[in-house]
Amino acid sequence: MSKTGLIIRREYMTRVRKKSFIILTLLTPVFMAAMFVIPVLIMSSKDKEVKRIAVVEEGGSLFKGKIHSTKYLKFEYLDNMPLDTLKKEFDQLGYYAILYISPKLTYIPSAARLISRKQPSLDVVTYIQDALKKEIEREKLLSYHIQNLDKILKEVETDVKLQTIQISATGEEKRTSTGIAMGIAYVGGLLIYMLTFMFGAMVMRGVIEEKTNRIVEVLISSVRPMQLMMGKIIGIALVGLTQFFLWIALTLAIVTAVTGVLMHGPDQGKKIAPASFFSAGNPQSNPLQENTISMEDLSQGEQLLTALRSVNWPLILGSFLIFFLGGYLLYASMFAAVGAAVDSETDTQQFMMPITIPLLIALFIAMGAFQNPDSPVAFWGSLIPYTSPVVMMARLPFGVPLWELILSIVLLFLTFLGTVWFAARIYRTGILMYGKKPSWKELWKWIRYKSF
Amino acid sequence: MTLFQASEIVKNYANHRALDHVTISVPEKSIYGLLGPNGAGKTTLIRIINQITAPDEGSLTFLGRPMREEDVHQIGYLPEERGLYKKMKVGEQALYLAQLKGLSRQEALKRLKVWFEKFEIQDWWNKKVEELSKGMQQKVQFIVTVIHKPRLLIFDEPFTGFDPINTRMLKEEILNLRKEGATIIFSTHDMASVEELCDHITLINRSRTLLEGPIQEIREKYAGNEYELRFEGDVNLLTATLNSRFSILEHTKEGNVSVLKIKLNDRGTPNDAVRILLDAGKILSFNKLTPGMNEIFIRVVSEAGEKEAAETLTETTQN
Repeated sequence: MSKTGLIIRREYMTRVRKKSFIILTLLTPVFMAAMFVIPVLIMSSKDKEVKRIAVVEEGGSLFKGKIHSTKYLKFEYLDNMPLDTLKKEFDQLGYYAILYISPKLTYIPSAARLISRKQPSLDVVTYIQDALKKEIEREKLLSYHIQNLDKILKEVETDVKLQTIQISATGEEKRTSTGIAMGIAYVGGLLIYMLTFMFGAMVMRGVIEEKTNRIVEVLISSVRPMQLMMGKIIGIALVGLTQFFLWIALTLAIVTAVTGVLMHGPDQGKKIAPASFFSAGNPQSNPLQENTISMEDLSQGEQLLTALRSVNWPLILGSFLIFFLGGYLLYASMFAAVGAAVDSETDTQQFMMPITIPLLIALFIAMGAFQNPDSPVAFWGSLIPYTSPVVMMARLPFGVPLWELILSIVLLFLTFLGTVWFAARIYRTGILMYGKKPSWKELWKWIRYKSF
Repeated sequence: MTLFQASEIVKNYANHRALDHVTISVPEKSIYGLLGPNGAGKTTLIRIINQITAPDEGSLTFLGRPMREEDVHQIGYLPEERGLYKKMKVGEQALYLAQLKGLSRQEALKRLKVWFEKFEIQDWWNKKVEELSKGMQQKVQFIVTVIHKPRLLIFDEPFTGFDPINTRMLKEEILNLRKEGATIIFSTHDMASVEELCDHITLINRSRTLLEGPIQEIREKYAGNEYELRFEGDVNLLTATLNSRFSILEHTKEGNVSVLKIKLNDRGTPNDAVRILLDAGKILSFNKLTPGMNEIFIRVVSEAGEKEAAETLTETTQN
């Protein structure tokens, strides 16, 4: 095995055997899977407890029988029960809430109250608001004495869901979801930013460790400093890739397993089941009743999954891999140079600026790119190598021309080669220097020292 | 035969010259002492020999030809500031460092086994380095320095951190290695071990060579014409006769035995001195006094300092 190979192997083996690596590798997919699964879970499974709600209407019976009970929400219209008594005996009666409707409701929007022990869930509130609103609107419309009102209303009832379609150069149409694209852009950009920092700092700590251990002098009497530096950078890159692939594989496994159970599991054999929560008892009785909510709710969960499946994962993951590697290599060589220039981690602050500032700028540009992926700032940000890994990942899910992608990658790797040259020169001098913290001027001198 | 030669080496750092036309030539199978006060440039020279840094001027010759990059496999280096990966296991680490020196895994394993048995440290193989004492770490470090059987060994202050027993053992190992054909460059401040081990030395001070050559010649050179004599008999008679041709530097008495330190001057030879002694009493011993390396070191370095001070003084007055 070549010397660089030996160094790579040591750097890799000592790290993947660490407990912290194993824990992080196993736990992260759980969180990532949760990010995918929880929204689906929330959308498709609802509170299954049957809630009884007492309806008290003051001075009238306008809403009697107009608020329809659902499978899990039972409305009981109480004609002659004063509100105060009801409040007093609230616990004994076992109601979830009391809906109090004042006659002023037709002209004062806030004239209805929902009184309960616990904060009622948003679903319940929305459902009641909706029902009351629809009923008042209906009453108001009725006052115009329009014939066949119910029929007309049913006919004009419309629902709009904006479908976004991406058209490719070849004229192929693809259904997209802006929400999903943003999600992926956000996760992709942020992940590159975080991983670059995480593994870059790992390189830096490794260099400092060898320096403070004083083993570096033994090592570079056997290998060239460049071999040592690149061995470390590549070894840690492989650690990163191992982690990345394990994350993807484990996340996929967890998502598949969980959604499998969720969508087709035996206890929820009928797809309708989790969604039938709000199905009205008698859908025919009131044409104004929006009783398709339940179907909508179900399909949102499914929609999310379908949308996730419609994403061009090979492109996203492939690009992620390339940009992670490129960005990592670029910054890791700088991290290595910083590690070589100092004696301890606490001294690194001074030299971290050229690393943190471009990365932070990249993150800011990426944030803007979610809103406007084709703005000039995002465009240049995704081409300039020091920001391109983060920004390009943020732009990619919205569609990026192939030439931009390739140009960005080429620029990134060329810059990496240039940066490594500079970093190696600082590194080979720095690792043998102890004591005084060098100034920027000294670092510049190191770069110009004669090499062997 | 010369194994290694560095000729006219110059190395400049940002604000000073670390080596100023330094030449050393290391004979094969010698133990070559590299001496000098702190900051003289020894470490820089050692780093240049190890090809860790490049000289600004000068050339390096190894086995009679210009030094090549792969010659690092023929060199074993034990730096003064040594260290190992603290979290790594002893055996694994030794194996790694041996492989970096170009040994195959099998070969490295085989040789490590021999050395670990020799030093009776087989039990440490699976221990982490941080669990070992400093002296134990030094032993491991020594093994990985010599494991690839290098032609040239460089030890920078090898005995620091060792107890007397281990120091003894290490010295024996160093002599053994020489017997097996290794050449050793040995940098230290411990003049006793220089006298004990070295056959050649170079003394560097303030980036320049002050002394170079076989240790015996150097000691001869610095030996003034001084003798120590011990005898039993009439001291007064002796001093009276001696005083005319020799100067008596010291005179002490240990019981019946008189100990005199005398200096010959141009009018007398050692034989003359002995002739006078024959009549004065019973001679117990008559020895030429050779200065210790310690003395030579201090003398040469301080003389150089004075000379330099004088030079600076003349320069300033001239200006």
